[in-house]
Amino acid sequence: MNQKRRLLVALVLTTAATIALAALLVNVFQRKQEEKQVFFRVVELTDDTDDPAVWGKNFPFQYDAYTRTVDQVRTRFGGSEAIPRTPTKADPRSVVAQSKLEEDPRLKTMWAGYAFAHDFREERGHAYMLEDQTFTQRQIVAKQPGTCLQCHSSVYTAMKKLGDGNLLKGFEQINRMPYDQARALVTHSVTCIDCHAPDTMQLRITRPAFIEGLRALKEHEGVKNYDVNTMATRQEMRSFVCGQCHVEYYFKGPEKRLVYPWAKGLRVDDMLAYYEETQFKDWTHAETGASVLKAQHPEFEMWNQGIHARSGVACADCHMPYKREGAMKISDHHVRSPLLNINRACQTCHKWPEAELKDRVETIQHRTFELRNRAMDAIVALIHDLAAARKGGRSDDALAPARGLQRKAQFMVDFVEAENSMGFHAPQEAARILGEAIDYARQGQLALRGEPTLSR
Amino acid sequence: MNELGGASPQLSILLWAVTLAIGLLIGVGIYTFVYARGGSYLTDRPDACINCHVMREQYAGWIKGSHRSVAVCNDCHTPDGLIDKYAAKAMYGFLHAYAFTTGRFPDEIQITPHMHALTERSCLKCHAPIVEAMTVTGAPHNTPTCLRCHSDVGHQ
Repeated sequence: MNQKRRLLVALVLTTAATIALAALLVNVFQRKQEEKQVFFRVVELTDDTDDPAVWGKNFPFQYDAYTRTVDQVRTRFGGSEAIPRTPTKADPRSVVAQSKLEEDPRLKTMWAGYAFAHDFREERGHAYMLEDQTFTQRQIVAKQPGTCLQCHSSVYTAMKKLGDGNLLKGFEQINRMPYDQARALVTHSVTCIDCHAPDTMQLRITRPAFIEGLRALKEHEGVKNYDVNTMATRQEMRSFVCGQCHVEYYFKGPEKRLVYPWAKGLRVDDMLAYYEETQFKDWTHAETGASVLKAQHPEFEMWNQGIHARSGVACADCHMPYKREGAMKISDHHVRSPLLNINRACQTCHKWPEAELKDRVETIQHRTFELRNRAMDAIVALIHDLAAARKGGRSDDALAPARGLQRKAQFMVDFVEAENSMGFHAPQEAARILGEAIDYARQGQLALRGEPTLSR
Repeated sequence: MNELGGASPQLSILLWAVTLAIGLLIGVGIYTFVYARGGSYLTDRPDACINCHVMREQYAGWIKGSHRSVAVCNDCHTPDGLIDKYAAKAMYGFLHAYAFTTGRFPDEIQITPHMHALTERSCLKCHAPIVEAMTVTGAPHNTPTCLRCHSDVGHQ
């Protein structure tokens, strides 16, 4: 009997071991298969397929990650917080991001008289770009052109349709439209087709403003007739596709053409020089009467001045790092702050503990933030002095030098403020810009006192 | 056989079942071992380390690294001595297989403190005569380690 029991136990154990082994065998088989098959083509994609869910049938892993940009996660100096709000008929959003105007009221002084002084919130993920642009209060206080949709929607197919296949013609038409009319032509936030060719999945540029901006920049650097879609390397494209939108821009002329001011270079000084030459202004400052400029999220330009760009590290290397799905290696389409993904984003190159890397980044950001606060104070002080002098009846001629310095200083502070890395993309450059901005504000105050300035 | 066979037909059936089960286990075991290239792990060949794709970056880095012609993976990542070596192989083999099967490991793989120390010691297999004088004076903490500065000699 005893023997029978022992045999029974042996039978059960052996069976369990065989089951476990078979499971392992299947797992090994599965991993080997994953290595071989990258994707299955189950639907046909054309140059008119703008629905990302259709692309997602062929590329489920990329699509799955792409849909995750709905997350609202904070980092120390960036990221969005989910703030509940009561939906209204005009604005059905029940969740928005925190208001940056409330966080720092000095921004209202800096932007007095401009739509941004009414509503400016922390940017949310890609998934919200169209919704947040459609319902911002800025739409109510100012008439916005269709140009906005160049970077707040997947506008590629709409442009093609509008221009009868001619992208440039469609681009020009959509810029000229009132916002509401153009808004009716688009349905999605940025999608697959905005960065990928549907037949080969190769990266490509679909935004005419970037093609033209880069051509102007290359011409300045001595390269004639630069065509980004045929002349850029793959690694360059992994930044250029992001540079289609994460850049400084302005609306040129009554036709509201989207232009990236790169004809003199990518540094803030080069862009200022460009704006000085073209005498462009975004608005007239309500308190001082100065013709001022608003800088907009110049991540691409700032990154270009930093050590990562210099080392050939692309936007996608940190914001869309490679990840493994089983035995497959794909780039993470959940575009987000590298600080939320330090292992994949940073540790590929920097072999240090996560806590150490995060600490390094936040040290840089904290220093930039302190300097930014000083610079913001300097701007506000100049604005107050200018406004007082204006109220006191000082002539436009007498105010002109100080107004010019406000324009410069303000654009430079805004350049760092609007840039979404709190200095990290190019720490020394950010500090230089803020330092010079503080000096311009100081010179502006000197000019008001009638003292000679050292302005270059 | 005689006493079992004579004991009871029930016991005899059970014996056959156990024999069959053990046979199956051995059979599936051998097949899995061969299919998963188990034999390669008993060798020193570096390409055994890229049987699965996880180590490919390290392998590619080694091919381009300064030590490619003087040291293979096992020279730095296993200790000397037959028993120590295969004990380390067995332990890390199990840990790696476990991680890869469950999928629970960071994409940018990280060395364990134990393996880091083991690798650090391996530098001395060849370089001891040169670095002897460097380590004797160091305090127990913050002793300079080889890999602190020469982290890319094995693989980038």
